[in-house]
Amino acid sequence: MRRPGRISDPAEVSTSTILLILGAFLASAVEFVEALTIVLGVGIVRGWRSTLIGVTAATIVLAVLIAALGPALQVIPIGTLRLIVGALLLAFGLQWLRKAILRSSGYTPHKDEDAVFRREREEAAQAGNEQRAGLDWYSFTVSFKGVLLEGLEVVFIVISFGSAQGRLGLAAAGAGAALVLVVGAGVLARGPLQRVPENNIKFVVGLLLTSFGCFWGAEGAGVNWPGDEVSLLGVVAFLGALSFVLVRLLRRQRLALVPAEVKA
Amino acid sequence: MKYLRSFALFWWNFVVGDDWRVAAGLAIGLGLTSLLTHKGVNAWWLLPLAVALLLAGSLWGETRRGPS
Repeated sequence: MRRPGRISDPAEVSTSTILLILGAFLASAVEFVEALTIVLGVGIVRGWRSTLIGVTAATIVLAVLIAALGPALQVIPIGTLRLIVGALLLAFGLQWLRKAILRSSGYTPHKDEDAVFRREREEAAQAGNEQRAGLDWYSFTVSFKGVLLEGLEVVFIVISFGSAQGRLGLAAAGAGAALVLVVGAGVLARGPLQRVPENNIKFVVGLLLTSFGCFWGAEGAGVNWPGDEVSLLGVVAFLGALSFVLVRLLRRQRLALVPAEVKA
Repeated sequence: MKYLRSFALFWWNFVVGDDWRVAAGLAIGLGLTSLLTHKGVNAWWLLPLAVALLLAGSLWGETRRGPS
């Protein structure tokens, strides 16, 4: 039986380690796809210099944030850290899961990266040509804000996943692999990654974030999980089955709401 | 003041999101789990149950109005 609050042995590859890397990789991949769409939309229309300077500036801000937060979190006792991280992951993960269920059941439309890309291009073409500090200010600010906001979610997930399990490096490696894959695919495709099944990935990520949140939050509150880390799989299975049932029920409810003439 | 408000709003949307009742319910669930554990009850089941009820309740509230 593992004592609550113990950090995993670095050499031990456990269920939670695999899920941790998978979660960090998938969550980061989705955010990088969204950031790539914004950057491509602006860069193709208005040129790459100011756009890439915006991307670099945002990356530096994110790196500073990681460098400051990572070591700061290590001074917090692991039990308290898991309670805080668990609560945040639960709140954050449930937002993703809720949105994914609403999309899968047809209550809200699926996100269309191609439509976002077209809109970004149109807005970039219509925007004024303000120059500041030798930069095309529109390209700089849009790419900076896009990368910073999407990157903040990546930083949050990587730091929370990594710090609560004492494996910040592995979580960061998962996010790094996603970055290389998404940027590589974007360069090859020379356009937004429309074929990425974004909603399905968000579904899995929401499920993982919520499950880890449940597991660590309860552990931080003093709970001893029966079967130790194996119970994390139980939580994933329980919430996965619940989500599946909710999607089916909501689909049925939505179809019942559609008037008969529309169905015909 | 405007920037402070935008900053607070950003973090509120980032952490709490569309339904504040879910975040409030989670805080209560975690508090109850901690309370029961300190009274000697190993309440591992409470949080998954709370998550299930909060998720179903939030979706029910959201979908009552029909598809967007």
